[in-house]
Amino acid sequence: MNDDLAGFVADVGPSGPVCVRGGGTQWHVGGAVASAATTVWAPIGVVEYEPEEMTVIVGAGTPVADLHVQLALAGQRTNLVESPGSSVGGALVVGRDGVHTLGRGRARDALLQARYVSAEGALVTAGGPTVKNVTGFDLCRLLVGSLGTLGLLGEVILRTQPIPAAARWLQGEVDDPRVVARTTRTASAVLWDGTTTWVHLEGHGTDLDTDAAALPGAFVEVDGPPTLPTHAWSMAPAELVDLDPSATGPFVAEIGVGTVHATAPCPPVAVPDALRRLNQSVRDRFDPDRRLNPGRDPLAA
Amino acid sequence: MRLRRRQAAVVPDDPCTAALVDALGVHKVKVDGASRYLAARDASVYRDGAAGPVCYPETADEVAACVRIAARHDRAVVPRGAGTGLAGGTVPLGTPVVIATTRMNRILDVNLDNRVVWVEPGVINLDLTRHLLPMGFHFAPDPSSQQVCTIGGNVANNSGGPHCLAYGVTSAHVVAVDVVLPSGEQVRLGGVEPHQPGYDLRGAFVGSEGLLGIATRVAVRITPNPPAVATLLLSFDDVEKAATAVGAIIAAGMVPAALEMMDSRIIAAVEHHVHAGYPLDAAAVLLVEVDGPAAGVAADAARVGEIGRAHGATEVREAVDEHERALLWKGRKGAFGAIAVIKPDYYLHDTVVPRRALVEVLTAIYEIAARHDLIVLNVFHAGDGNLHPLLVFDGREPGTMPRVHAAGREIIEASLAAGGVLSGEHGIGVEKRDFMNLQFSDDDLDAQARLKAAFDPHCRANPGKVIPASHSCADIQALQRVPDGVWG
Repeated sequence: MNDDLAGFVADVGPSGPVCVRGGGTQWHVGGAVASAATTVWAPIGVVEYEPEEMTVIVGAGTPVADLHVQLALAGQRTNLVESPGSSVGGALVVGRDGVHTLGRGRARDALLQARYVSAEGALVTAGGPTVKNVTGFDLCRLLVGSLGTLGLLGEVILRTQPIPAAARWLQGEVDDPRVVARTTRTASAVLWDGTTTWVHLEGHGTDLDTDAAALPGAFVEVDGPPTLPTHAWSMAPAELVDLDPSATGPFVAEIGVGTVHATAPCPPVAVPDALRRLNQSVRDRFDPDRRLNPGRDPLAA
Repeated sequence: MRLRRRQAAVVPDDPCTAALVDALGVHKVKVDGASRYLAARDASVYRDGAAGPVCYPETADEVAACVRIAARHDRAVVPRGAGTGLAGGTVPLGTPVVIATTRMNRILDVNLDNRVVWVEPGVINLDLTRHLLPMGFHFAPDPSSQQVCTIGGNVANNSGGPHCLAYGVTSAHVVAVDVVLPSGEQVRLGGVEPHQPGYDLRGAFVGSEGLLGIATRVAVRITPNPPAVATLLLSFDDVEKAATAVGAIIAAGMVPAALEMMDSRIIAAVEHHVHAGYPLDAAAVLLVEVDGPAAGVAADAARVGEIGRAHGATEVREAVDEHERALLWKGRKGAFGAIAVIKPDYYLHDTVVPRRALVEVLTAIYEIAARHDLIVLNVFHAGDGNLHPLLVFDGREPGTMPRVHAAGREIIEASLAAGGVLSGEHGIGVEKRDFMNLQFSDDDLDAQARLKAAFDPHCRANPGKVIPASHSCADIQALQRVPDGVWG
């Protein structure tokens, strides 16, 4: 366990298979880590937080929930998925979005700067500390969803968002859930299980009232979203209303986004050869010996 | 056919051009001096470019053919959109094959349920937004050049604009790109489905300035038009008060759609040009726009006004109608054209600093310009700390350019010293390539070079840009001059 970046760099070292562990909440994504790999842990804790910059510097090992507790004191949050025990670094390298993507944007856009340890054991900085930056290639986007196969995140700078003044979950039944996404302006999530639609509204209280009144059909306020099935499918948003429940099993679909939380596992997605080669070429350049999180493969995620 | 023979005769010893003409036809390959002259520059101050044959493909397959032919003849390729770039990103070095995508300008498919539009790279930014207007949507990135710049150029530069403060830069609005790789292979990066297997190569490609390949189709995310908009002009008698108000607005928990600042010199130039009604006695103005559902907009607009007054605003004016709003924005977006009344040339910088450092860096910029006997105007995206110091000069006056470059370097150094970055939205190109070492370590640059090598192991795509000589696969020195025998 580390509380500083230098210690993390030393733990990773320049050679030998190594894996970094966060909360272990998505440890299965993209395959199992090779058993020979040494386990390391990234630094924990908020390093610097200035609410007026809308950025936070945080150790990658920090639990997302702990980070969000600190940010909430200043009325802010990030759009990283918060699940029990999940770490900032884990949320980033797995890169899955939460159910509020429609309104809050994608997790991949939260990362402004990453300080990571390369396969050679060097501390590398990707991106920059400001909310806007196009200096050089956008390596931060490459790191999100990389399952730690290009570098091991040590410390990151994240974009924060203000927490809106009001928020509520509503539940109702409509013929076409797309109408809910079209008619509401404050929806951060529209979920649909084939029968029932849930919508999360957030923003100014009066705007929420306006949106709630405009919803088609009868909606009632509820405590939260339904329990989400464990497997994630990915579809073009326009195709969601035609999805086949005999393939997915009971499901909850994110309208306007395209993620389907399904009971059945998602069948493998075909990856064109040229794209597969390009992915392998990137990995070859960053980690030719495959020492970083060996066994995990973003193409299998 | 007669024309083709005559044109080929201009360069009898250039088999690459002959192969390009064979593949595309004579009307899509320009080798005349005027075409090559135009393709040798962009909107930057960089003037040392030299274009080889300039190709105007109309399909992805034609782009791929150009890339393959260039590779076969060991020539580099440089993609080109409208040429509005400010960092020399599309300035050709070493007489490469220039591939202009301006004829690929069709809007291919609009799907409102996906909130995605497929476009060809030559579609002009504002044309797309105008096309979407009746459907209630727009394309959020809105660089000042949006009337002429192309979506392909926006992708290459990860372009911003005033409204990216709330909506995000181009990368957040591109879900997929069809790309011709430097090998000539075609591949789709990203997709309309939210989760894609593998690395986010879409994200790596956006902003790669033509060094990783050429976009031939782009799937952009479109944004519903806000039901309500409020545009406010806040006047201050002191630049520092204006800059402090910027931080206070953000700290109050608001993310305005746009938060722009203009200093007294630019106000004077713009007012003379546009007659937008900007106060000529102000030291600085803030142009603040809040948008979204009506109640939130009304509340935020009121708070912006209160915060402005609390920080010493001498006047708070809210645009009463669309005409006044358009006029205020016309002043802002036309600012760079307006400065011609002061001097004929300008050099526009593009650093970003933390908001808390705005006052400190602005003060340094005025001091640097004064010391080099140059006029500097400031009109910039204050909300995200993206400075645009505008050095105006007359390049014909002897001894001016060295002073302009020296002041530019000092502005960059002052921004980096305050915790900032080299570029917020214009990119690195050739202009800031040699400053990359100021922001990044050798190991950092090595990582960027690895991404380049993964896409382009033979260093054929837009060589001599972004990556400094110390980490580049290109022989940058050799690229600065026209290689012997390659082109007359």
